[in-house]
Amino acid sequence: MAEQAREQQELLLHMRGIVKTFPGVRALDGVDLDVRAGEVHCLLGQNGAGKSTLIKVLAGAHRPDEGTIEWRGEQVTLANPNAAIARGISTIYQELDLVAGLSVAENIFLGHEKSRGGLLKRSETRAAARALLKRLGHGEIRVDREVGTLPASGQQIVSMARALSHDTRLIVMDEPSAALDQQEVQTLFQVIRDLTAEGVAVVYISHRLEEIRQIGDRVTVLKDGRTVATDLPARGTATADLIRLMTGREIEYVFPEGPAAATDSKVVLEVDGLGLTKKFADVSFQVRAGEIVGLAGLVGAGRSEILETVYGARKASTGTVTVDGKRLRAGSVQAAVRAGIGLAPEERKSQGLLLDQAVYRNITVSSMSRFSRAGFLDRGAERAQARELAESLDVRPTGVDRPVRNLSGGNQQKVVLARWLLRDCRVLLLDEPTRGVDVGARSEIYALIRSLATRGVAVVVVSSEVEEVLGLADRVLVVREGLVVHEGPAEDIDEHKVLDLVMEGSAA
Amino acid sequence: MTQERTAPAHEGAEPPAQAPLAGSGTPQGSGLAQQVLGSSVGRNLGLVVALLILCGVGIWTAGEQFASVDNALTILRLASVIGVVSVGMTFVITGGGIDLSVGAIVALSSVWSTTLATQTMAEDYHWSVIVLAALAVGTGCGLVNGLLVSYGKVVPFIATLAMLASARGLAEIISERRTQIVHVTDFTKFFRADVIGIPVLVIIFALVAVVGWVVLNRTTFGRRTFAVGGNPEAARLAGIDVRRHTVALYAIVGLCCGIAAVMLVARTTTGSSTHGTLYELDAIAAVVIGGTLLSGGRGTIVGTVLGVLIFTTLQNVFVQNDLSSSVQAVAKGLIIVAAVLLQQRLAARSNTGSS
Repeated sequence: MAEQAREQQELLLHMRGIVKTFPGVRALDGVDLDVRAGEVHCLLGQNGAGKSTLIKVLAGAHRPDEGTIEWRGEQVTLANPNAAIARGISTIYQELDLVAGLSVAENIFLGHEKSRGGLLKRSETRAAARALLKRLGHGEIRVDREVGTLPASGQQIVSMARALSHDTRLIVMDEPSAALDQQEVQTLFQVIRDLTAEGVAVVYISHRLEEIRQIGDRVTVLKDGRTVATDLPARGTATADLIRLMTGREIEYVFPEGPAAATDSKVVLEVDGLGLTKKFADVSFQVRAGEIVGLAGLVGAGRSEILETVYGARKASTGTVTVDGKRLRAGSVQAAVRAGIGLAPEERKSQGLLLDQAVYRNITVSSMSRFSRAGFLDRGAERAQARELAESLDVRPTGVDRPVRNLSGGNQQKVVLARWLLRDCRVLLLDEPTRGVDVGARSEIYALIRSLATRGVAVVVVSSEVEEVLGLADRVLVVREGLVVHEGPAEDIDEHKVLDLVMEGSAA
Repeated sequence: MTQERTAPAHEGAEPPAQAPLAGSGTPQGSGLAQQVLGSSVGRNLGLVVALLILCGVGIWTAGEQFASVDNALTILRLASVIGVVSVGMTFVITGGGIDLSVGAIVALSSVWSTTLATQTMAEDYHWSVIVLAALAVGTGCGLVNGLLVSYGKVVPFIATLAMLASARGLAEIISERRTQIVHVTDFTKFFRADVIGIPVLVIIFALVAVVGWVVLNRTTFGRRTFAVGGNPEAARLAGIDVRRHTVALYAIVGLCCGIAAVMLVARTTTGSSTHGTLYELDAIAAVVIGGTLLSGGRGTIVGTVLGVLIFTTLQNVFVQNDLSSSVQAVAKGLIIVAAVLLQQRLAARSNTGSS
């Protein structure tokens, strides 16, 4: 396609200065996006750059606080999903938005069922669903099958068929290739080419640069909720330039100085050949007392699963976990906790905290036996201990009787850390320790993690933010699609190299 | 996410003739289809078998007294009122909610439609005034429930618990705790009649069940009910107005309660604030043993009807054998637990079978 020809194409979507704030987080901070009819427009950005929020604004699922959206030359407000769908914007979400209990055909036409006078036209629905699946190269998926019984890749295809089932002018695809194999990705690309030839625009989000080169026309890069570059040619822009745009940061965090590499201290945690079917394989590493080991990689690469398996929340299919020379029973959280492993999970609010309970109860919940006499809790001692810890970690506002819900993200994380401190943990597993934590409070959390390590705790940190892993950890493991592709001291590797490893699979 | 069962969400089993049309269906695919189909029918079949066993026990213990046309009609007549309520309850539970106020709404509707004023109006104009009054009161209460739940964001359990208390209280105030006798003979004559030997009440129950089945399994409204109950966020993103849909679901239960009130008034020729006591428990029990998931997203009208018949037959067998209602209550509890345990086992087995 000639450049001039593309210039001629209709400007379909014109977003200017989109701002969206959630409590404590400014997810979008002035995003601009132009999409033309018939193009594949790629959105690039690190995790947390605001891509998902942006497409939810575009889908009518979030209402922006500021900014304007022009659709085909006319200013619009996308008040709800229906408004977006009615204008011809359909979205394939990353977290699958399907109803498990309904059939494939029912999911595809959910919300715009084929019906007459409220009665469903069932055979027509099935035929249309079948045609859509065939178009996607998946005629073998039975349209009467319940979606919940399909594997993830099959569900992804159903999501796509659903987007195609609307009379659409713009399809937003959030990492559509994540659950697909090579062959399926090529079929997807063919479908995208057919669509764009008909004048449909595609907004394509992916972490895989090679895909963007293959299918994309233009690239817009987001970073920290802002558009940092737009109108880049997808094929002509160097990888190094794209990565520089994605990583160049205005806000610098302060990472605490690590002590000289503690190579002589005792090995506390030893993971040997750990594997979990279909998630990750052959993961081996050691963590010494006082050491912080970081796991870097994309969401879905298997990092969280590795932590959860070490913790016993998932049962390893191969390999062993050893703490202080003692081998742990696989798949037993109790054994892990008894051996002194603590986990601060990614979903702090749903998995880690009792939100409506007081701060002190959240701190003591894992060490209850220490405060009980004949089954009765000594609440005075409980409070005193918790207060001491909360003060030493500088949990604000002070006072251990207020519910954890009223604390900011950073202070909630401190409460989780305090809980494991009280238990005298030997090993601390931290999954995304600064998720939902204010930029300002992050440095505090980093300092806290480091001080825990200096007390002799072995720390493993998982984070989607490469800079965080590199700044915090002594040693870094890079995980790509369930395999450890790199291991080494943090100072020997930089952000570009890590991103290169996780995105292209080969060091530049 | 509820993936506890591989059975289809509704009993609309596909005609086998559809399978070849799929064309590229792999052997495993069609094998799985049969499995799924089998387990859906199998589940309802299990309920039918349970019902037959109960009947067997009835015949064995009470003989002729149980196995008579008269007794069968008695059971069906008894099942009709609670059956209509249970059909409504199936909708709201499938849609991810619960309604504890059904019994109280039945009471209020029965009282409101039999006040002196209403009855005088009915005698002046037409007996259907009583019917309309009951339906309006029932639907109105349901609407209030629905609005509280979806726009007031009150948890369904609490919103309908409040309705339970206040609707029955209002019924007591209106009736001054007195039983109101129905004088409108045309009304009672109509509803207590038989059509070719089948009581009108039973016919109404059958109609409500059939309409309920069609709405749940063959209309966009029903389809969206499964989506709203199974994954409300996905439903919202698909462009469904989840809140309005929820209001409609509670209004449907309310309407069913209104219908049940009319039937109850006709059967007993009274309106009373004590009508419908504990209907909420009977209805929920019938819905759950029928196979509808309490967490929403899965529901079956056929299962609910079978559940109602099982409980009513059980009650009849106990009465025939002069066993106290206390023994009956214990048995009912045991049956609920057994049914749910059995369902979980079956679900676990079919899950491992399909993956």
